[in-house]
Amino acid sequence: MSKMKVNLAGVELKNPVMTASGTFGSGTEYSEFVDLNQLGAVVTKGVANIPWPGNPTPRVAETHSGMLNAIGLQNPGIDVFCDRDIPFLKQYDTKIIVNVCGKSTEDYCEVVERLGNEPVDMLEINVSCPNVKEGGIAFGQDPKALEAITREVKRYAKQPIIMKLSPNVTDITEMARAAEAGGADVLSLINTLTGMKIDIQRRTFALANKTGGMSGPAVKPVAVRMVYQVANAVSLPVIGMGGIASAEDALEFIMAGATAVSVGTANFFNPYATQEVVRGIQEFLEREKVEDITELIGIVK
Amino acid sequence: MSKKVKENAPIVSQECIGTDIYSMWLHTENIAREARPGQFVSLYSRSGDKLLPRPISICEIDKEKGRLRLVYRVTGKGTGTEEFSRLHAKVPVETLGPLGNGFPLEEVKGKKVFLMGGGIGIPPMLETAKQLEAEKTIILGYRDELFLKEEFEPYGAVFAATEDGSAGTKGNVMDVIREHALEAEAILACGPAPMLRAVKAYAEEKGILCYISMEERMACGVGACLACVCQSKDVDSHSHVHNKRVCKDGPVFLSTEVEL
Repeated sequence: MSKMKVNLAGVELKNPVMTASGTFGSGTEYSEFVDLNQLGAVVTKGVANIPWPGNPTPRVAETHSGMLNAIGLQNPGIDVFCDRDIPFLKQYDTKIIVNVCGKSTEDYCEVVERLGNEPVDMLEINVSCPNVKEGGIAFGQDPKALEAITREVKRYAKQPIIMKLSPNVTDITEMARAAEAGGADVLSLINTLTGMKIDIQRRTFALANKTGGMSGPAVKPVAVRMVYQVANAVSLPVIGMGGIASAEDALEFIMAGATAVSVGTANFFNPYATQEVVRGIQEFLEREKVEDITELIGIVK
Repeated sequence: MSKKVKENAPIVSQECIGTDIYSMWLHTENIAREARPGQFVSLYSRSGDKLLPRPISICEIDKEKGRLRLVYRVTGKGTGTEEFSRLHAKVPVETLGPLGNGFPLEEVKGKKVFLMGGGIGIPPMLETAKQLEAEKTIILGYRDELFLKEEFEPYGAVFAATEDGSAGTKGNVMDVIREHALEAEAILACGPAPMLRAVKAYAEEKGILCYISMEERMACGVGACLACVCQSKDVDSHSHVHNKRVCKDGPVFLSTEVEL
């Protein structure tokens, strides 16, 4: 059997396939379809220091081969998350990565510090959600702010820190370098692309939030390009995501330079997607006689 | 909780029963075995550009033959529902279900019950009418053209309303109650938000038990993505905010637990 293990900042994953934050809850709902033990890691939906109600509905709209969402990071807050969601995930033999959101540097640090004593493997800092007015994207579109918050979060963090980058910037390598300079351990990209849809019958926005984050197969080429650029601009490991629905999609990201990959929107149209991607990568390695998945990381130059 | 299954369900039959209204029987033993009135299924388009499942309420359940009947509206040209309406018998449709919680029939058993349906909220009331053991008054609200009405007749007294007055009471389901001075001890209802708002207000004014089935834009359909929330009166025990998930916690809610 070809080797599927990958290493992210000292955390060993049994395979490179994880879930994309916000598309998988904390795993409870999809555990009816997928054996979570088969996944490299589960990345949870973003959690803040207190419960957030999120945006008004409609929160989603379909686009060609994609979708827009403006959930607005609804979450039950870190207390409930630690009492309910972490113990649920601990039943499985998979790594736990908690996505952390906030409205201020203090908010992020509070959650990061709190999670220091919890049995989670890594933290992904969501500084790139386009759907919340304060915090979120404000940190993700300014290299100085990104470097500063990365440095601040690192002061409180006991686990390795993944900074999740926004594609809604002119030069994503500048953001990647800023996160690296701030001390990030891993980078993940891409978060969603800001988009808009108009409902011409109702003569209004399809989403109550007016704009939303675009995801799904339609964004994949943009994501692959950005992963390639970032992987070649920094020396940190990269988690690639954006439209992955199959093992072939995942392998594109890995060959572009991603050490691990996340399956997001595909969960919505194929609840078995994560597990199918794991199986498909394994089959590809056997078929192509690749002994170790790590041989393929960044193989395109 | 019923077990959810995703399978390729072959179409048994497909028929147009009104303007843009289609009736489709699917062969799906696994889903039919588990399904209850008021639940829904997600249908997936075959075209790669339409990613999200289409949630469609269950109109009838035939456990013996392992079939589900879906009655749905084609929402426009080039839509997923239009694609489904063009599929013939034997063609498989990817189907996930049963989803959500149905109507709690035990709670209203033996009572005088209004079963109220508005527009494309009418279909789920048919299986509800078949299974509910109660004194049933069935009130159906249409824009103009009637559909499914005669199929309700074996199960109770059926009243219709049309907006244009072409059949039954001119107006909506609430006008039917007023016109015929109807009374009930409980209500089960499904329909557009303005109708549910009126039904909820009526039930609260009369102090009667009322369950409403709600609709919202969905993505995952299984409770993970938090797209299809509705406002709850109290802090919800799962979300810890004033939000409930229509797909997972609903689509049927006690009228007093949600804000409309």
